[in-house]
Amino acid sequence: MYSAIVFLPLLGFLIAGVFGRWLGSRGAQIVTSSLLVVSALLSVVALVSVGLGGETDRVQVMTWIDSGDFEADWRLRIDTLTAVMLVVVTSVSALVHIYSIGYMSHDPHQPRFFAYLSLFTFAMLMLVTADNFIQLFFGWEGVGLASYLLIGFWYKKPSANAAAIKAFVVNRVGDFGLILGIATLFFTIGSVDYDTVFKAIPEIADKTFPFLGYDVPVVTTACLLLFMGAMGKSAQFLLHTWLPDAMEGPTPVSALIHAATMVTAGVFLVARLSPIFEFSQTALTFVTVIGATTAFFAATVGLVQNDIKRVIAYSTCSQLGYMFVALGVGAYEVAMFHLFTHAFFKALLFLGSGSVIHAMSDEQDMRKMGGLFKLIPVTWIMMVIGTLALTGFPFTAGYYSKDAVIEAAYAGHNAAHMYAFTLTVAAALLTSFYSWRLIFMTFHGESRASNETLSHVHESPLVMLVPLVVLAVGALGAGAVFAPLFIGHAYEAFWLEAIYRGAENHILHAMHEVPDWVPFVPTLMMIVGFATAWLFYIARPDMPRQLARTHESLYKFLLNKWYFDEIYDFLFVRPAFWLGRVFWKQGDGRIIDGLGPDGISARVLDVTRGVVRLQSGYLYHYAFAMLLGVAGLVTWFMVGGTH
Amino acid sequence: MTDGNILSLITFLPLVGALVILATRGDEATVARNARYVALWTTGATFLVSLYIWWKFDNTTADFQFVQQREWLGGAINYHMGVDGISMLFVILTTFLMPACILASWTSINTRVKEYMIAFLVLETLMIGVFCALDLVLFYLFFEGGLIPMFLIIGVWGGARRIYASFKFFLYTFVGSVLMLLAIMAMYWDAGTTSIPVLLEHDFPADMQFWLWLAFFASFAVKMPMWPVHTWLPDAHVEAPTAGSVILAGILLKMGGYGFLRFSLPMFPVASADLAWLVFGLSVIAIVYTSLVALVQEDMKKLIAYSSVAHMGFVTMGIFAANQQGVQGGIFQMLSHGWVSGALFLCVGVIYDRIHTREIAAYGGLVNRMPLYAVAFMVFTMANVGLPGTSGFVGEFLTILGVFKVNTWVAAIAATGVILAAGYALYLYRRVVFGALEKDTLKSILDLNRREVVTLAPLLAATIFFGVYPSPIMNVTAVSVENLVTNYTAAVEAYRLAEGPGMMSQVANLLSGN
Repeated sequence: MYSAIVFLPLLGFLIAGVFGRWLGSRGAQIVTSSLLVVSALLSVVALVSVGLGGETDRVQVMTWIDSGDFEADWRLRIDTLTAVMLVVVTSVSALVHIYSIGYMSHDPHQPRFFAYLSLFTFAMLMLVTADNFIQLFFGWEGVGLASYLLIGFWYKKPSANAAAIKAFVVNRVGDFGLILGIATLFFTIGSVDYDTVFKAIPEIADKTFPFLGYDVPVVTTACLLLFMGAMGKSAQFLLHTWLPDAMEGPTPVSALIHAATMVTAGVFLVARLSPIFEFSQTALTFVTVIGATTAFFAATVGLVQNDIKRVIAYSTCSQLGYMFVALGVGAYEVAMFHLFTHAFFKALLFLGSGSVIHAMSDEQDMRKMGGLFKLIPVTWIMMVIGTLALTGFPFTAGYYSKDAVIEAAYAGHNAAHMYAFTLTVAAALLTSFYSWRLIFMTFHGESRASNETLSHVHESPLVMLVPLVVLAVGALGAGAVFAPLFIGHAYEAFWLEAIYRGAENHILHAMHEVPDWVPFVPTLMMIVGFATAWLFYIARPDMPRQLARTHESLYKFLLNKWYFDEIYDFLFVRPAFWLGRVFWKQGDGRIIDGLGPDGISARVLDVTRGVVRLQSGYLYHYAFAMLLGVAGLVTWFMVGGTH
Repeated sequence: MTDGNILSLITFLPLVGALVILATRGDEATVARNARYVALWTTGATFLVSLYIWWKFDNTTADFQFVQQREWLGGAINYHMGVDGISMLFVILTTFLMPACILASWTSINTRVKEYMIAFLVLETLMIGVFCALDLVLFYLFFEGGLIPMFLIIGVWGGARRIYASFKFFLYTFVGSVLMLLAIMAMYWDAGTTSIPVLLEHDFPADMQFWLWLAFFASFAVKMPMWPVHTWLPDAHVEAPTAGSVILAGILLKMGGYGFLRFSLPMFPVASADLAWLVFGLSVIAIVYTSLVALVQEDMKKLIAYSSVAHMGFVTMGIFAANQQGVQGGIFQMLSHGWVSGALFLCVGVIYDRIHTREIAAYGGLVNRMPLYAVAFMVFTMANVGLPGTSGFVGEFLTILGVFKVNTWVAAIAATGVILAAGYALYLYRRVVFGALEKDTLKSILDLNRREVVTLAPLLAATIFFGVYPSPIMNVTAVSVENLVTNYTAAVEAYRLAEGPGMMSQVANLLSGN
């Protein structure tokens, strides 16, 4: 069964990819979507049997790389962590497949699109079922490839191609760390197998090893390097720049890859490696700080964006920061819970915005929207539900998971945890503001769209609305239903061995014993955010512009995303090209060739040319040369003879 | 047929084909047609025969297999052939790539077809001979002999600056080889034999090892090529016909790596250990430097040539890590790079045959009219980037793991290569394949024809198959590499015990801080 879950999407990819020409759009849609639905149903069965029945499993597929003491197999590891991810990935993927049947109906390249979606799903499943670091890396890069292909799906758009490359290369920067992290573990433990590594970690917890000329603690170094990979994939602060650009891809892709699944791979990674991270307080602190910074930073940028998808993209970035805060304070279950609920409401928001874009004839700028709620009421309701869940309205999914993150941050003791608490609370306010801003700008007020566009506005077909409704049910109910299992009293029976915690880590109890005012803070923030957004965009629509004018530099700073793209361009991209040109023209051309082959051959030619000049053919030249020679010899002997 | 002379059969079968072509008579068109078919059948048959040695190969021993020995040149120098786990797969790689080369030249070579095919078949004989020879002098003959047909292929059938490129190629490699010849003579005086199996057992004095190592290094470093003696490669590639590039990147470069494994490491272990820092330094410079240079290239073939230099940097680094992962990874990387870079050059050849330019700026939007081509090119590009699931990943990753055990600086700098590779490879792909099809010259371009599909398909299959299931290759190399690493480590440790750490390695340790 587990093999079927993982390999059915691969089958779908191969069928749609190879036979797409003959199957046509309809055939590719049916094949890939139905295989995904089967896979999703099996995943639910898996979650029940693993999460509730406690039946963990390993499925050996075949050997992969075997070199001396280095062994990596294709093997599926099934425990609660995997099962949760299986459900998230396959269910969102199945819904996105179905939704795309409607959304992509005018696209001539549908077989390719559905093939890519299935390929992505397969790679993601390989990632979450990996039983060693190398298979993890396979999935890790596989989703990167699929993401690259899907961002650049509309290959005629230069911006889409640029975004695709950017996504791949920035992720590779993270992979640089991941590779070295894996190498560190292999170097010190001699294995890349999860179980072997996890077992060996307590013994080497205090060991150091020579790395780049310094003796550094093994576990902390490994954790930080591995976390670098997570930062790339999950678009955390400093390595986040690719995610907003990735919105160039079709909207269903944004929902599946850049909201619900791939970008959460980093969170999954840290949770999966809890037996390692638990032994490095330094690394956990670093995770907390990065997470909190991202949560706040992305939310500030989200405040001023005008592209509907970019707002949600920054929101995703911010919410991922929340998950890392939870991981950093040691509340891995809380992070996984937020990952789980976030998948529902963020996919809902993305697919909802896709429905808006579909209705508005591919318009994405919110400044050209407004007043749509009467025209596309179902989409409007869905978006509102998603927003409620995202902002943590009581008893929706986000209320349980996001508030749990904030409580867990408060329950920690050190300065980093307080930093995280403060920033996540502030981010909650900002989240509420930009989310409602999005709703108000898009659906309420006076319409700013052209009459031409407005005349075409239509509610999306059923094939798109049904997935929205399913996700909306999840966004409303998943929190209440699953909270007891994920982070409530039953959590130990649910997670079993999948997540490890050190003897001193009692965060899951401590977070239930925080002062009474703490749980109310996020809700208060949500209300304040809502009220401000209402004031700005419904009651006094001229206020935002005034504010932007009076605080122009701050506005520009946020609008330009803290100038990260410009800084990176200046620091890395331009120097790389400049260096390349210098090495090529000066290094290869002038120095190596100049001193080497070309130089030598030129000197040889000079010498021969000189020799040729001597052979002038005039007798008196030769006679003169002879005379000189004789004179020289005579002098030599005379001078030499005096000694 | 006995196993005793199977290697000779594989080696000289192409030569028989060359003689057959030589004997063909008739008008020009008929001769050309016959030459093509004879060459294709010969190389195809050679490949099939060569599979026999893979099938019969005994994975459990590090000894030479299929050994054949005949007296030659008065007993001092013998005709001695055999393969072990290190060399066997290079024979297969050679015979595997040759049919693709012949097919790639099918329509693009129209002048002196007969001579062209003869040159390729002779070249195949010489290349196989290099990997099978178990006598130093025999090895040297094959090794140097290969220069001549390659020199002619570039010089006669090459592009506009072919004379410059062919001479640069010839002189670079030749200067290196002259030093190697001196070293071979020195080895004969010391050991009294040129038999490679005997020399493998021979202990050369440590200071002599140093000079011998340097002499061999001069030759192999040029062949690899390592920075800074790499500049002949981009020129040679750019001017060579497509099939010439395939052979150059696919096989000729591997002779350097093979040489390190066959001679430098096992015969001069102490010198290898003492001078490993030099190889590491040059390797990481090659990886970073040539990757950056590749980023700014405007000519497709040059870009791939520079990326080859970077990939060979991983190989040399892995080999001189001198542990199981490093060496096995290095071998795998060489094999994988053999068909991946070969395929990339074939991909360039496909569009060069249609548009007659290698200028990247002349292309763009090919996917609109060439979907099959776009898929093939994408797979090979990803293999070049080292994506897991393609064969490009296995070697690259193992070499990084291997070298990490020895020197973390080297591993860390080399790992930046994975970022840069993604940069230049995807940037190339984007400019050539993606985008809107706007240039008039490209409006009527056709997708891969049947011949081109047949040429690329086996390479694509190998790329995916060995990426997912590399065991057939890893199993062949495992025991021989283990034997090599064990002997190497023992020799180095024995010397260290006697002498204390070498001066050079002390300097290196000081520099790297380890």
